[in-house]
Amino acid sequence: MDTQALWLTLKLATVTTVLLLCIAVPLSWWLAFGQARWKIAIEAIATLPLILPPTVLGFYLLVLMGPRTSFGRLYIHLTGHPLAFSFSGLVIGSMIYSLPFAVQPVTTGFSGIGKELLDAGRLLGASWLRILFQVLLPLSKRSLFSAAVLCFAHTIGEFGVVLMIGGDIPGATRTLSIAIYDQVQDFRYADANRTAFVLLAITLAALIAAYSLRKQARSG
Amino acid sequence: MAESAFLTAEISHRIGSFHLEAHFHLSAPWTVLFGPSGAGKSTVLRVLAGLVAPSEGRILMGNRVLLDTRSGLTVAPGHRGIGFLTQQPALFPHMSVRRNIAFGLHQLAREEREQRLKEMLALFRIGPLAERMPSELSGGEYQRAALARSLAPRPELLLLDEPFSGLDAELKASILDDLSAWLRKSHTPLLYVSHDLVEAYQTNAEVIVLENGRIETQGPVHEVLAPKREQLLQQIGAR
Repeated sequence: MDTQALWLTLKLATVTTVLLLCIAVPLSWWLAFGQARWKIAIEAIATLPLILPPTVLGFYLLVLMGPRTSFGRLYIHLTGHPLAFSFSGLVIGSMIYSLPFAVQPVTTGFSGIGKELLDAGRLLGASWLRILFQVLLPLSKRSLFSAAVLCFAHTIGEFGVVLMIGGDIPGATRTLSIAIYDQVQDFRYADANRTAFVLLAITLAALIAAYSLRKQARSG
Repeated sequence: MAESAFLTAEISHRIGSFHLEAHFHLSAPWTVLFGPSGAGKSTVLRVLAGLVAPSEGRILMGNRVLLDTRSGLTVAPGHRGIGFLTQQPALFPHMSVRRNIAFGLHQLAREEREQRLKEMLALFRIGPLAERMPSELSGGEYQRAALARSLAPRPELLLLDEPFSGLDAELKASILDDLSAWLRKSHTPLLYVSHDLVEAYQTNAEVIVLENGRIETQGPVHEVLAPKREQLLQQIGAR
């Protein structure tokens, strides 16, 4: 069992989930209550990683992070190393890859709250931040938890994007799914079996938690 | 503009093919905005409250400019001194009645907030319901709690958008009695939306008639709605 890969995977999934929720909350608010005409385009872009092959997404990210683009060159200029094949690059890739898993549940949760409660908050003199923390977030706890669980589970299991932009550097970019690939390549099937079982257990537990919450929400 | 007007509004707003053009003033303690469904009554109230930004307009309350689209000035909804109870008032479902009423009082000192809370709970006779959640309230109790929440910050003007239309006549009359007593005591004027001729007549208020997005007339109820009353009486065969 590659414990280094296990910890790196858990670290990647945790950081990705926390950062994604920070992005998903304002984006979902805008998608749920905003009135811009081009909202549909943003919604489509936010859903794109769900159906795009991970290798396609990984390829574009690899190009974007490399020295051929001004973004890649700027990053190298600022930090002294490329974003590709680093843990930070993996986090960015994972965030984009798991974006729909955060945005869709949170947007659905916010939409179910109804604009009347937002209006009530505004009429009573509350700031947007107060409405967010005292009205929207407490009323969409289940959606937020569901989004967190799905993002975490999805990041734990990702392979294509990680391989494309992270490669296979032990301690830096080798996650559990890459470790399984390596173990199979080396004919270490017993190791691969153990690693696969750990991945299976983590993702299954996360999904059971998400579905039991959904059931609670329906019955409650 | 009437000399004693405490609010003057010039609102021009387009929603698709509907064009609202409403110029009016409020000077009576109780004004009814009367008109058929789809006339634009709710939009007028939402513009006054600050929930809808009109295409063009100017709203002046006392000496305060609440909205002036020409200069780009707009005062945020909760800072206009206007309380607004919508057609379907929404209490925060995860907060008790007490917390709902206290929501708009966060800027007050603790003692004053508690005092205001007690006053509102007593005024609308919902003291025993203070710790209940909105889902545990009956229709009438819910409306009383929503009214208490709207009045707790002591607005300078209260807007009511037919919030009691779903209640039976007895309950509605009881809530309106409590509300009227408070409005008289606190000198808070009321702008009340209605499409019910009988109800408008009962209020004995100043009436603004809005039809197809235009203010048709404004004046005392017995003058303004007399032709409609005659028409109704003829229809039911009383004349």
